[in-house]
Amino acid sequence: MTALPPPGKKKLGLVIDLDICVGCHACAVACKEWNDGGPLGPLPDDEPYGAEPSGVWFNRVHSYEITGPGTGDQGPVKADTLRDDPVPGPRSPQMVHFPRSCLHCETPDCVTVCPTGASYKRAEDGIVLVDEDKCIGCQLCAWACPYGAREIALPPAKPRASDAGRKDSKRGTMQKCTLCVDRIYNETLDERDRQPACVMACPTRARMFGDLGDPDSDVSRVVADRKGFALMPEFGYAPVNRYLPPRPRRDGSSAASIAAPAAEEMLDTERLPPLLRWLDKALSR
Amino acid sequence: MRPALPVIFFTVLSGAGYGLWCLLGLALAARIYPLAGAGILVPLAFGFVLVTAGLIASTAHLGRPGRAWRALSQWSSSWLSREGVASLVTYLPALAIGWLAHAGHQDWSIRVAGAWLALCSLATVVCTANIYRSLKTIRAWRVPQVLPLYLGFALLSGGLWLWAWLALASARPIGLAFPLALLGLAVLAALTKAAYWKTADRAPVPTTGHAIGLQHLGRVRPWEGPSSEETYLTREMVFVLARKHSARLRKTAVILFAALPVIGIAVALPYGAAWIAPVLAILCLAGLFVERWLFFAEARHAVAAFFPQRSA
Repeated sequence: MTALPPPGKKKLGLVIDLDICVGCHACAVACKEWNDGGPLGPLPDDEPYGAEPSGVWFNRVHSYEITGPGTGDQGPVKADTLRDDPVPGPRSPQMVHFPRSCLHCETPDCVTVCPTGASYKRAEDGIVLVDEDKCIGCQLCAWACPYGAREIALPPAKPRASDAGRKDSKRGTMQKCTLCVDRIYNETLDERDRQPACVMACPTRARMFGDLGDPDSDVSRVVADRKGFALMPEFGYAPVNRYLPPRPRRDGSSAASIAAPAAEEMLDTERLPPLLRWLDKALSR
Repeated sequence: MRPALPVIFFTVLSGAGYGLWCLLGLALAARIYPLAGAGILVPLAFGFVLVTAGLIASTAHLGRPGRAWRALSQWSSSWLSREGVASLVTYLPALAIGWLAHAGHQDWSIRVAGAWLALCSLATVVCTANIYRSLKTIRAWRVPQVLPLYLGFALLSGGLWLWAWLALASARPIGLAFPLALLGLAVLAALTKAAYWKTADRAPVPTTGHAIGLQHLGRVRPWEGPSSEETYLTREMVFVLARKHSARLRKTAVILFAALPVIGIAVALPYGAAWIAPVLAILCLAGLFVERWLFFAEARHAVAAFFPQRSA
Protein backbone atom coordinates (compact mmCIF):
# COMPACT_ATOMS: atom_id res chain seq x y z
CA MET A 1 0.00 0.00 0.00
CA THR A 2 1.07 3.51 -0.72
CA ALA A 3 0.17 4.84 2.70
CA LEU A 4 3.21 4.98 4.94
CA PRO A 5 3.31 2.53 7.84
CA PRO A 6 3.29 3.93 11.40
CA PRO A 7 6.84 4.81 12.47
CA GLY A 8 8.62 1.63 13.51
CA LYS A 9 11.33 1.03 16.07
CA LYS A 10 13.66 -0.71 13.68
CA LYS A 11 15.27 1.52 11.04
CA LEU A 12 17.73 -0.47 9.00
CA GLY A 13 20.11 1.65 7.02
CA LEU A 14 23.65 2.46 6.01
CA VAL A 15 26.26 4.76 7.44
CA ILE A 16 28.81 5.98 4.90
CA ASP A 17 32.11 7.45 6.04
CA LEU A 18 33.12 10.19 3.61
CA ASP A 19 36.46 10.49 5.42
CA ILE A 20 37.75 7.12 4.34
CA CYS A 21 35.83 6.36 1.17
CA VAL A 22 38.45 6.20 -1.59
CA GLY A 23 35.99 6.26 -4.47
CA CYS A 24 36.95 2.82 -5.81
CA HIS A 25 33.36 1.99 -6.88
CA ALA A 26 33.69 -1.51 -5.38
CA CYS A 27 30.37 -1.02 -3.54
CA ALA A 28 28.61 -0.05 -6.75
CA VAL A 29 30.07 -3.01 -8.64
CA ALA A 30 29.32 -5.47 -5.85
CA CYS A 31 25.78 -4.12 -5.68
CA LYS A 32 25.31 -4.54 -9.40
CA GLU A 33 26.78 -8.03 -9.28
CA TRP A 34 24.60 -9.27 -6.42
CA ASN A 35 21.39 -7.73 -7.70
CA ASP A 36 22.06 -8.95 -11.21
CA GLY A 37 22.27 -12.54 -10.07
CA GLY A 38 20.73 -12.91 -6.63
CA PRO A 39 17.20 -14.12 -5.94
CA LEU A 40 15.82 -10.75 -7.08
CA GLY A 41 17.93 -10.58 -10.26
CA PRO A 42 18.57 -10.09 -13.07
CA LEU A 43 18.93 -6.35 -13.17
CA PRO A 44 18.48 -5.47 -16.81
CA ASP A 45 20.99 -3.60 -18.94
CA ASP A 46 20.64 -2.04 -22.33
CA GLU A 47 23.51 -2.75 -24.72
CA PRO A 48 25.82 -3.94 -21.91
CA TYR A 49 28.64 -4.68 -24.38
CA GLY A 50 27.73 -2.02 -26.93
CA ALA A 51 29.22 1.38 -27.62
CA GLU A 52 26.97 3.16 -25.11
CA PRO A 53 26.19 0.72 -22.32
CA SER A 54 23.29 1.75 -20.13
CA GLY A 55 21.56 0.12 -17.26
CA VAL A 56 20.21 0.31 -13.76
CA TRP A 57 22.57 0.71 -10.81
CA PHE A 58 21.32 1.07 -7.26
CA ASN A 59 24.45 2.75 -6.07
CA ARG A 60 26.54 5.36 -7.84
CA VAL A 61 29.76 6.99 -6.67
CA HIS A 62 30.43 10.67 -7.33
CA SER A 63 33.73 12.42 -6.69
CA TYR A 64 33.88 16.04 -5.61
CA GLU A 65 36.60 18.58 -5.11
CA ILE A 66 36.25 20.95 -2.16
CA THR A 67 38.17 24.18 -1.90
CA GLY A 68 37.81 26.34 1.16
CA PRO A 69 38.85 27.01 4.70
CA GLY A 70 36.60 24.23 6.01
CA THR A 71 38.96 21.61 4.65
CA GLY A 72 41.73 22.89 6.95
CA ASP A 73 43.60 24.21 3.97
CA GLN A 74 45.02 27.65 4.76
CA GLY A 75 47.70 27.53 2.10
CA PRO A 76 48.64 30.51 -0.03
CA VAL A 77 46.36 31.38 -2.85
CA LYS A 78 47.72 31.29 -6.34
CA ALA A 79 45.53 32.42 -9.17
CA ASP A 80 47.09 30.12 -11.72
CA THR A 81 46.78 26.86 -9.79
CA LEU A 82 43.28 26.21 -11.08
CA ARG A 83 43.38 27.66 -14.51
CA ASP A 84 39.79 27.03 -15.48
CA ASP A 85 38.62 28.59 -12.25
CA PRO A 86 38.08 32.35 -12.24
CA VAL A 87 38.16 32.39 -8.43
CA PRO A 88 41.59 31.49 -7.09
CA GLY A 89 41.42 28.88 -4.37
CA PRO A 90 43.78 27.20 -1.92
CA ARG A 91 46.50 25.08 -3.45
CA SER A 92 45.19 21.63 -2.78
CA PRO A 93 41.50 20.90 -2.95
CA GLN A 94 40.18 18.13 -0.78
CA MET A 95 38.72 15.17 -2.62
CA VAL A 96 35.51 13.67 -1.30
CA HIS A 97 34.10 10.50 -2.79
CA PHE A 98 30.39 10.25 -2.37
CA PRO A 99 28.39 7.03 -2.83
CA ARG A 100 24.75 7.83 -3.54
CA SER A 101 21.94 5.32 -3.05
CA CYS A 102 18.49 5.03 -1.49
CA LEU A 103 18.41 6.49 2.03
CA HIS A 104 15.33 4.46 3.04
CA CYS A 105 13.63 7.62 4.30
CA GLU A 106 11.08 7.45 7.09
CA THR A 107 8.48 9.68 5.39
CA PRO A 108 9.34 9.62 1.69
CA ASP A 109 7.13 10.99 -1.07
CA CYS A 110 8.35 8.25 -3.45
CA VAL A 111 5.97 5.94 -1.58
CA THR A 112 2.96 8.24 -1.27
CA VAL A 113 2.95 9.49 -4.88
CA CYS A 114 2.81 5.94 -6.24
CA PRO A 115 -0.60 5.40 -7.88
CA THR A 116 -0.50 1.60 -7.71
CA GLY A 117 0.84 0.74 -4.27
CA ALA A 118 3.92 -0.84 -5.90
CA SER A 119 6.22 1.51 -4.00
CA TYR A 120 6.04 0.70 -0.32
CA LYS A 121 7.86 0.98 3.01
CA ARG A 122 8.08 -2.06 5.24
CA ALA A 123 6.70 -1.51 8.72
CA GLU A 124 8.96 -4.13 10.31
CA ASP A 125 12.38 -2.71 9.34
CA GLY A 126 11.74 0.47 7.33
CA ILE A 127 13.15 -0.80 4.03
CA VAL A 128 11.63 0.96 0.99
CA LEU A 129 10.90 -1.47 -1.83
CA VAL A 130 9.17 -1.67 -5.22
CA ASP A 131 6.80 -4.51 -6.04
CA GLU A 132 7.75 -5.23 -9.65
CA ASP A 133 4.54 -7.12 -10.29
CA LYS A 134 2.47 -4.01 -9.57
CA CYS A 135 4.66 -1.18 -10.91
CA ILE A 136 3.32 0.47 -14.08
CA GLY A 137 6.51 2.46 -14.72
CA CYS A 138 4.97 5.95 -14.44
CA GLN A 139 8.26 7.21 -12.90
CA LEU A 140 6.53 9.65 -10.57
CA CYS A 141 8.43 8.13 -7.60
CA ALA A 142 11.75 8.83 -9.32
CA TRP A 143 10.61 12.42 -9.90
CA ALA A 144 9.70 12.74 -6.21
CA CYS A 145 13.15 11.63 -4.98
CA PRO A 146 15.75 14.42 -4.55
CA TYR A 147 18.52 11.84 -3.99
CA GLY A 148 18.28 10.16 -7.39
CA ALA A 149 17.76 6.78 -5.77
CA ARG A 150 15.46 5.31 -8.38
CA GLU A 151 16.16 4.29 -11.95
CA ILE A 152 13.72 2.66 -14.33
CA ALA A 153 14.57 -0.46 -16.29
CA LEU A 154 13.57 0.74 -19.74
CA PRO A 155 12.82 -1.63 -22.57
CA PRO A 156 15.93 -2.09 -24.76
CA ALA A 157 16.29 0.50 -27.51
CA LYS A 158 17.31 -2.21 -29.96
CA PRO A 159 15.82 -5.59 -29.00
CA ARG A 160 18.36 -8.33 -29.54
CA ALA A 161 17.54 -11.56 -31.34
CA SER A 162 18.78 -13.52 -28.32
CA ASP A 163 16.14 -11.82 -26.15
CA ALA A 164 13.21 -12.96 -28.29
CA GLY A 165 10.70 -14.91 -26.27
CA ARG A 166 12.52 -14.20 -23.01
CA LYS A 167 10.23 -13.04 -20.26
CA ASP A 168 11.95 -10.18 -18.54
CA SER A 169 9.59 -9.22 -15.76
CA LYS A 170 11.64 -6.20 -14.71
CA ARG A 171 11.49 -4.32 -17.99
CA GLY A 172 9.42 -1.17 -17.70
CA THR A 173 9.40 -1.12 -13.91
CA MET A 174 11.15 1.10 -11.37
CA GLN A 175 14.25 -0.26 -9.66
CA LYS A 176 15.97 0.75 -6.44
CA CYS A 177 18.24 -0.33 -3.61
CA THR A 178 16.65 -3.13 -1.57
CA LEU A 179 19.21 -2.86 1.23
CA CYS A 180 19.94 -6.42 0.04
CA VAL A 181 16.78 -7.65 1.70
CA ASP A 182 17.57 -11.01 0.10
CA ARG A 183 20.92 -11.17 1.94
CA ILE A 184 20.31 -9.68 5.36
CA TYR A 185 17.64 -12.22 6.34
CA ASN A 186 19.04 -15.05 4.23
CA GLU A 187 19.56 -18.04 6.50
CA THR A 188 21.39 -19.99 3.80
CA LEU A 189 24.22 -17.46 4.15
CA ASP A 190 26.81 -17.48 6.90
CA GLU A 191 25.70 -15.12 9.66
CA ARG A 192 28.58 -12.69 9.06
CA ASP A 193 27.58 -12.54 5.40
CA ARG A 194 24.06 -11.33 6.16
CA GLN A 195 24.91 -7.76 5.20
CA PRO A 196 24.32 -5.71 2.08
CA ALA A 197 26.71 -6.56 -0.75
CA CYS A 198 28.07 -3.00 -0.84
CA VAL A 199 29.05 -3.19 2.85
CA MET A 200 30.73 -6.57 2.36
CA ALA A 201 32.73 -5.29 -0.62
CA CYS A 202 34.04 -1.98 0.78
CA PRO A 203 37.83 -2.34 1.12
CA THR A 204 38.16 0.60 3.51
CA ARG A 205 35.15 -0.25 5.68
CA ALA A 206 33.62 3.08 4.81
CA ARG A 207 30.16 1.50 4.74
CA MET A 208 28.38 0.21 7.82
CA PHE A 209 25.02 -1.50 8.05
CA GLY A 210 22.77 -1.62 11.10
CA ASP A 211 19.71 -0.50 12.97
CA LEU A 212 19.70 3.31 13.19
CA GLY A 213 16.53 3.16 15.27
CA ASP A 214 18.45 1.58 18.15
CA PRO A 215 20.53 4.27 19.93
CA ASP A 216 22.93 1.61 21.27
CA SER A 217 23.72 -0.02 17.93
CA ASP A 218 27.25 0.32 16.50
CA VAL A 219 25.98 2.45 13.64
CA SER A 220 24.05 4.83 15.93
CA ARG A 221 27.13 5.23 18.14
CA VAL A 222 29.46 6.06 15.28
CA VAL A 223 26.89 8.56 13.96
CA ALA A 224 26.78 10.23 17.40
CA ASP A 225 30.60 10.24 17.73
CA ARG A 226 31.34 11.57 14.29
CA LYS A 227 28.36 13.93 13.92
CA GLY A 228 26.81 11.93 11.09
CA PHE A 229 24.31 13.87 9.04
CA ALA A 230 21.27 13.27 6.85
CA LEU A 231 21.18 14.54 3.27
CA MET A 232 18.94 17.50 2.41
CA PRO A 233 16.70 17.24 5.48
CA GLU A 234 14.66 20.25 4.30
CA PHE A 235 12.59 17.97 2.06
CA GLY A 236 11.12 16.47 5.21
CA TYR A 237 11.60 12.88 4.06
CA ALA A 238 13.66 12.02 7.19
CA PRO A 239 16.40 9.88 5.58
CA VAL A 240 17.56 6.93 7.69
CA ASN A 241 21.01 6.59 6.11
CA ARG A 242 23.71 8.82 7.55
CA TYR A 243 26.93 10.23 6.11
CA LEU A 244 29.99 10.84 8.28
CA PRO A 245 31.76 14.09 7.32
CA PRO A 246 35.40 14.06 6.27
CA ARG A 247 37.72 14.92 9.17
CA PRO A 248 39.41 18.31 8.76
CA ARG A 249 42.98 18.23 7.61
CA ARG A 250 45.75 19.36 9.98
CA ASP A 251 44.85 22.76 11.29
CA GLY A 252 46.29 25.79 9.65
CA SER A 253 48.44 23.93 7.17
CA SER A 254 47.73 23.12 3.58
CA ALA A 255 48.81 19.87 2.03
CA ALA A 256 51.43 21.84 0.12
CA SER A 257 52.96 23.44 3.19
CA ILE A 258 52.99 20.10 5.00
CA ALA A 259 54.92 18.62 2.12
CA ALA A 260 57.68 21.27 2.14
CA PRO A 261 58.83 21.03 5.80
CA ALA A 262 58.53 17.27 5.65
CA ALA A 263 61.36 17.15 3.10
CA GLU A 264 63.54 19.21 5.46
CA GLU A 265 62.79 17.13 8.51
CA MET A 266 63.94 14.02 6.73
CA LEU A 267 67.47 15.41 7.00
CA ASP A 268 68.53 13.99 10.35
CA THR A 269 71.79 15.92 10.95
CA GLU A 270 72.92 13.59 13.76
CA ARG A 271 73.33 10.83 11.25
CA LEU A 272 75.39 12.83 8.76
CA PRO A 273 79.12 12.29 8.32
CA PRO A 274 81.13 14.93 10.34
CA LEU A 275 82.12 16.97 7.28
CA LEU A 276 78.56 17.31 6.03
CA ARG A 277 77.33 17.95 9.57
CA TRP A 278 79.77 20.90 9.77
CA LEU A 279 78.62 22.09 6.33
CA ASP A 280 74.98 21.92 7.40
CA LYS A 281 75.78 23.89 10.54
CA ALA A 282 77.74 26.49 8.58
CA LEU A 283 75.00 26.90 6.00
CA SER A 284 72.25 27.00 8.60
CA ARG A 285 73.76 30.03 10.35
CA MET B 1 13.13 17.68 -16.71
CA ARG B 2 12.94 15.79 -19.97
CA PRO B 3 9.83 17.00 -21.78
CA ALA B 4 8.12 13.68 -22.45
CA LEU B 5 5.76 13.94 -25.41
CA PRO B 6 3.07 11.59 -24.04
CA VAL B 7 2.71 13.78 -20.94
CA ILE B 8 2.62 16.98 -23.01
CA PHE B 9 -0.05 15.52 -25.33
CA PHE B 10 -2.03 14.30 -22.35
CA THR B 11 -2.06 17.54 -20.37
CA VAL B 12 -2.76 19.75 -23.41
CA LEU B 13 -5.38 17.62 -25.20
CA SER B 14 -7.21 16.28 -22.16
CA GLY B 15 -7.05 19.74 -20.61
CA ALA B 16 -8.82 21.21 -23.65
CA GLY B 17 -11.36 18.37 -23.59
CA TYR B 18 -12.15 18.88 -19.91
CA GLY B 19 -12.36 22.65 -20.41
CA LEU B 20 -14.83 22.13 -23.25
CA TRP B 21 -16.87 19.67 -21.17
CA CYS B 22 -16.81 21.99 -18.17
CA LEU B 23 -18.17 25.00 -20.11
CA LEU B 24 -20.73 22.86 -21.95
CA GLY B 25 -21.86 21.40 -18.63
CA LEU B 26 -22.07 24.85 -17.00
CA ALA B 27 -24.09 26.23 -19.92
CA LEU B 28 -26.49 23.29 -19.71
CA ALA B 29 -26.81 23.61 -15.94
CA ALA B 30 -27.52 27.36 -16.22
CA ARG B 31 -29.94 26.80 -19.14
CA ILE B 32 -28.06 29.27 -21.32
CA TYR B 33 -26.88 26.74 -23.92
CA PRO B 34 -28.61 27.82 -27.15
CA LEU B 35 -28.72 24.44 -28.93
CA ALA B 36 -30.33 21.06 -28.34
CA GLY B 37 -29.98 17.50 -29.62
CA ALA B 38 -27.07 17.30 -32.07
CA GLY B 39 -26.07 20.79 -30.99
CA ILE B 40 -25.11 19.24 -27.63
CA LEU B 41 -23.88 15.92 -28.97
CA VAL B 42 -21.24 17.31 -31.35
CA PRO B 43 -19.22 19.34 -28.78
CA LEU B 44 -19.73 16.53 -26.27
CA ALA B 45 -18.26 14.03 -28.72
CA PHE B 46 -15.43 16.39 -29.63
CA GLY B 47 -14.59 16.74 -25.93
CA PHE B 48 -14.69 12.95 -25.70
CA VAL B 49 -12.15 12.67 -28.53
CA LEU B 50 -9.81 15.25 -26.93
CA VAL B 51 -10.01 13.70 -23.45
CA THR B 52 -9.64 10.13 -24.67
CA ALA B 53 -6.80 10.92 -27.09
CA GLY B 54 -4.94 12.58 -24.20
CA LEU B 55 -5.54 9.68 -21.83
CA ILE B 56 -4.38 7.14 -24.41
CA ALA B 57 -1.29 9.26 -25.11
CA SER B 58 -0.50 9.32 -21.38
CA THR B 59 -0.26 5.52 -21.23
CA ALA B 60 2.62 5.74 -23.72
CA HIS B 61 4.62 7.31 -20.88
CA LEU B 62 4.26 4.16 -18.79
CA GLY B 63 6.84 1.40 -18.76
CA ARG B 64 4.00 -1.10 -18.43
CA PRO B 65 0.91 0.41 -20.12
CA GLY B 66 -0.98 -2.87 -19.79
CA ARG B 67 -1.05 -2.44 -16.04
CA ALA B 68 -2.47 1.11 -16.14
CA TRP B 69 -5.66 -0.03 -14.37
CA ARG B 70 -3.61 -0.56 -11.21
CA ALA B 71 -3.20 3.22 -10.96
CA LEU B 72 -6.80 3.50 -9.77
CA SER B 73 -6.10 1.94 -6.38
CA GLN B 74 -4.12 4.51 -4.34
CA TRP B 75 -6.39 7.53 -4.52
CA SER B 76 -6.03 8.05 -0.78
CA SER B 77 -2.46 9.35 -1.13
CA SER B 78 -1.51 9.77 -4.79
CA TRP B 79 -2.65 12.63 -7.02
CA LEU B 80 -1.87 10.53 -10.09
CA SER B 81 -4.24 7.86 -8.83
CA ARG B 82 -6.89 10.49 -8.02
CA GLU B 83 -6.54 11.85 -11.52
CA GLY B 84 -7.07 8.38 -12.98
CA VAL B 85 -10.21 7.88 -10.90
CA ALA B 86 -11.51 11.39 -11.68
CA SER B 87 -10.89 10.97 -15.42
CA LEU B 88 -12.96 7.77 -15.49
CA VAL B 89 -15.72 9.16 -13.26
CA THR B 90 -16.01 12.16 -15.62
CA TYR B 91 -17.10 9.83 -18.43
CA LEU B 92 -20.29 9.01 -16.50
CA PRO B 93 -21.97 12.47 -16.67
CA ALA B 94 -20.67 12.84 -20.25
CA LEU B 95 -22.42 9.61 -21.24
CA ALA B 96 -25.51 10.66 -19.29
CA ILE B 97 -25.70 13.97 -21.16
CA GLY B 98 -25.18 12.15 -24.43
CA TRP B 99 -28.13 9.88 -23.69
CA LEU B 100 -30.33 12.73 -22.41
CA ALA B 101 -29.55 14.96 -25.42
CA HIS B 102 -30.15 12.07 -27.79
CA ALA B 103 -33.51 11.36 -26.14
CA GLY B 104 -34.43 15.04 -26.36
CA HIS B 105 -34.68 15.71 -22.64
CA GLN B 106 -34.56 19.41 -21.77
CA ASP B 107 -35.69 19.20 -18.15
CA TRP B 108 -33.88 19.24 -14.81
CA SER B 109 -32.11 15.93 -15.55
CA ILE B 110 -29.81 17.48 -18.16
CA ARG B 111 -29.20 20.46 -15.86
CA VAL B 112 -28.03 18.14 -13.08
CA ALA B 113 -25.90 16.11 -15.50
CA GLY B 114 -24.40 19.36 -16.81
CA ALA B 115 -23.41 20.52 -13.33
CA TRP B 116 -22.02 17.05 -12.60
CA LEU B 117 -19.92 17.09 -15.80
CA ALA B 118 -18.57 20.59 -15.06
CA LEU B 119 -17.60 19.59 -11.53
CA CYS B 120 -15.90 16.33 -12.55
CA SER B 121 -14.03 18.02 -15.42
CA LEU B 122 -12.67 20.70 -13.11
CA ALA B 123 -11.74 18.10 -10.50
CA THR B 124 -9.72 16.11 -13.05
CA VAL B 125 -7.75 19.19 -14.12
CA VAL B 126 -7.13 20.06 -10.46
CA CYS B 127 -5.71 16.52 -9.98
CA THR B 128 -3.43 16.95 -13.01
CA ALA B 129 -2.06 20.22 -11.67
CA ASN B 130 -1.58 18.72 -8.24
CA ILE B 131 0.53 15.84 -9.60
CA TYR B 132 3.14 18.46 -10.50
CA ARG B 133 2.48 20.81 -7.60
CA SER B 134 3.02 18.03 -5.08
CA LEU B 135 6.60 17.30 -6.19
CA LYS B 136 8.86 19.05 -3.68
CA THR B 137 11.90 18.20 -5.80
CA ILE B 138 10.96 20.57 -8.63
CA ARG B 139 10.77 24.12 -7.33
CA ALA B 140 9.37 25.63 -10.52
CA TRP B 141 6.24 23.52 -10.08
CA ARG B 142 5.60 24.57 -6.50
CA VAL B 143 4.84 28.17 -7.33
CA PRO B 144 1.24 29.29 -6.62
CA GLN B 145 0.38 29.97 -10.28
CA VAL B 146 0.53 26.31 -11.37
CA LEU B 147 -3.04 25.35 -10.39
CA PRO B 148 -4.77 28.48 -11.78
CA LEU B 149 -2.77 28.10 -14.98
CA TYR B 150 -3.82 24.49 -15.57
CA LEU B 151 -7.47 25.44 -14.95
CA GLY B 152 -7.25 28.62 -17.02
CA PHE B 153 -5.58 26.93 -19.99
CA ALA B 154 -8.14 24.11 -19.94
CA LEU B 155 -11.05 26.57 -19.95
CA LEU B 156 -9.44 28.83 -22.57
CA SER B 157 -8.52 26.09 -25.06
CA GLY B 158 -11.78 24.19 -24.50
CA GLY B 159 -13.79 27.41 -24.56
CA LEU B 160 -12.38 28.42 -27.95
CA TRP B 161 -13.53 25.08 -29.37
CA LEU B 162 -17.01 25.53 -27.88
CA TRP B 163 -17.18 29.05 -29.28
CA ALA B 164 -16.07 27.72 -32.67
CA TRP B 165 -18.88 25.15 -32.61
CA LEU B 166 -21.49 27.70 -31.54
CA ALA B 167 -20.38 30.15 -34.21
CA LEU B 168 -20.66 27.45 -36.88
CA ALA B 169 -23.88 25.80 -35.74
CA SER B 170 -25.97 28.46 -34.07
CA ALA B 171 -28.47 30.18 -36.33
CA ARG B 172 -28.90 33.24 -34.13
CA PRO B 173 -25.97 35.31 -32.90
CA ILE B 174 -24.47 33.96 -29.66
CA GLY B 175 -23.99 37.30 -27.98
CA LEU B 176 -20.92 39.11 -26.77
CA ALA B 177 -20.65 37.70 -23.27
CA PHE B 178 -18.96 34.38 -24.15
CA PRO B 179 -16.31 35.67 -26.59
CA LEU B 180 -15.57 38.59 -24.26
CA ALA B 181 -15.14 36.16 -21.36
CA LEU B 182 -12.71 34.14 -23.48
CA LEU B 183 -10.83 37.32 -24.37
CA GLY B 184 -10.55 38.21 -20.69
CA LEU B 185 -9.44 34.66 -19.87
CA ALA B 186 -6.70 34.81 -22.53
CA VAL B 187 -5.37 38.09 -21.10
CA LEU B 188 -5.53 36.71 -17.56
CA ALA B 189 -3.76 33.49 -18.60
CA ALA B 190 -0.95 35.44 -20.27
CA LEU B 191 -0.49 37.65 -17.20
CA THR B 192 -0.54 34.65 -14.85
CA LYS B 193 1.97 32.78 -17.03
CA ALA B 194 4.25 35.83 -17.00
CA ALA B 195 4.00 35.89 -13.20
CA TYR B 196 4.75 32.13 -13.15
CA TRP B 197 7.91 32.62 -15.21
CA LYS B 198 9.01 35.49 -13.00
CA THR B 199 8.53 33.43 -9.83
CA ALA B 200 9.97 30.21 -11.26
CA ASP B 201 13.07 32.00 -12.60
CA ARG B 202 13.78 33.39 -9.15
CA ALA B 203 13.59 29.98 -7.43
CA PRO B 204 17.02 29.46 -5.88
CA VAL B 205 19.20 26.78 -7.46
CA PRO B 206 20.50 24.33 -4.82
CA THR B 207 24.27 24.01 -4.87
CA THR B 208 26.29 20.81 -5.04
CA GLY B 209 27.71 21.52 -1.61
CA HIS B 210 24.24 21.72 -0.17
CA ALA B 211 23.18 18.48 -1.87
CA ILE B 212 26.05 16.48 -0.36
CA GLY B 213 25.82 18.27 2.98
CA LEU B 214 29.38 19.63 2.94
CA GLN B 215 28.73 23.23 2.01
CA HIS B 216 30.29 24.41 5.28
CA LEU B 217 33.70 23.11 4.17
CA GLY B 218 33.95 25.35 1.16
CA ARG B 219 33.10 25.34 -2.49
CA VAL B 220 32.19 21.91 -3.81
CA ARG B 221 32.72 21.09 -7.46
CA PRO B 222 31.87 17.83 -9.21
CA TRP B 223 35.19 16.33 -10.25
CA GLU B 224 34.24 12.94 -11.59
CA GLY B 225 30.75 11.67 -12.34
CA PRO B 226 29.50 8.24 -11.34
CA SER B 227 29.27 6.86 -14.87
CA SER B 228 31.02 7.19 -18.21
CA GLU B 229 27.73 7.19 -20.14
CA GLU B 230 24.42 8.95 -19.75
CA THR B 231 22.07 7.27 -17.28
CA TYR B 232 18.34 7.33 -16.67
CA LEU B 233 18.88 10.10 -14.12
CA THR B 234 20.96 12.35 -16.33
CA ARG B 235 18.65 11.85 -19.30
CA GLU B 236 15.44 12.33 -17.32
CA MET B 237 16.27 14.90 -14.66
CA VAL B 238 19.59 16.54 -15.42
CA PHE B 239 18.11 17.46 -18.76
CA VAL B 240 19.42 20.85 -19.76
CA LEU B 241 17.84 22.06 -22.88
CA ALA B 242 18.90 25.07 -24.86
CA ARG B 243 17.95 27.70 -22.32
CA LYS B 244 19.19 30.30 -24.76
CA HIS B 245 16.03 29.63 -26.80
CA SER B 246 13.71 29.90 -23.84
CA ALA B 247 12.97 33.63 -24.29
CA ARG B 248 11.95 33.09 -27.92
CA LEU B 249 9.87 30.02 -27.11
CA ARG B 250 8.09 31.84 -24.29
CA LYS B 251 7.17 34.64 -26.68
CA THR B 252 5.97 32.13 -29.27
CA ALA B 253 3.77 30.42 -26.67
CA VAL B 254 2.18 33.66 -25.43
CA ILE B 255 1.56 34.90 -28.99
CA LEU B 256 -0.16 31.63 -29.92
CA PHE B 257 -2.24 30.97 -26.80
CA ALA B 258 -3.10 34.58 -25.87
CA ALA B 259 -2.17 37.37 -28.29
CA LEU B 260 -3.61 35.87 -31.49
CA PRO B 261 -6.85 34.69 -29.79
CA VAL B 262 -7.31 38.16 -28.28
CA ILE B 263 -6.82 39.85 -31.67
CA GLY B 264 -8.94 37.20 -33.37
CA ILE B 265 -11.83 37.59 -30.95
CA ALA B 266 -11.67 41.38 -31.29
CA VAL B 267 -11.83 41.05 -35.08
CA ALA B 268 -14.56 38.38 -34.94
CA LEU B 269 -16.93 40.38 -32.75
CA PRO B 270 -17.98 42.86 -35.45
CA TYR B 271 -17.42 40.62 -38.48
CA GLY B 272 -18.67 37.21 -37.31
CA ALA B 273 -16.68 34.35 -35.88
CA ALA B 274 -17.63 31.35 -38.00
CA TRP B 275 -14.28 30.88 -39.72
CA ILE B 276 -11.95 32.63 -37.31
CA ALA B 277 -12.93 30.72 -34.18
CA PRO B 278 -11.69 27.22 -35.21
CA VAL B 279 -8.39 28.73 -36.37
CA LEU B 280 -7.99 30.45 -33.00
CA ALA B 281 -8.75 27.19 -31.18
CA ILE B 282 -6.01 25.40 -33.15
CA LEU B 283 -3.50 28.25 -32.62
CA CYS B 284 -4.23 28.20 -28.89
CA LEU B 285 -3.60 24.43 -28.69
CA ALA B 286 -0.34 24.90 -30.59
CA GLY B 287 0.68 27.62 -28.12
CA LEU B 288 -0.14 25.34 -25.21
CA PHE B 289 2.07 22.59 -26.67
CA VAL B 290 4.98 25.06 -26.61
CA GLU B 291 4.00 26.26 -23.13
CA ARG B 292 3.77 22.71 -21.78
CA TRP B 293 7.05 21.72 -23.42
CA LEU B 294 8.72 24.63 -21.61
CA PHE B 295 6.93 23.73 -18.35
CA PHE B 296 8.92 20.48 -18.34
CA ALA B 297 12.10 21.46 -20.19
CA GLU B 298 12.80 24.51 -18.02
CA ALA B 299 12.01 22.85 -14.69
CA ARG B 300 15.08 21.94 -12.67
CA HIS B 301 15.08 18.80 -10.55
CA ALA B 302 16.84 18.85 -7.17
CA VAL B 303 18.95 15.81 -8.10
CA ALA B 304 20.75 17.89 -10.76
CA ALA B 305 22.77 19.43 -7.92
CA PHE B 306 24.81 16.20 -7.63
CA PHE B 307 25.95 16.55 -11.23
CA PRO B 308 28.11 19.12 -13.02
CA GLN B 309 26.11 22.13 -14.14
CA ARG B 310 26.02 21.67 -17.85
CA SER B 311 25.11 24.58 -20.01
CA ALA B 312 23.66 24.05 -23.41
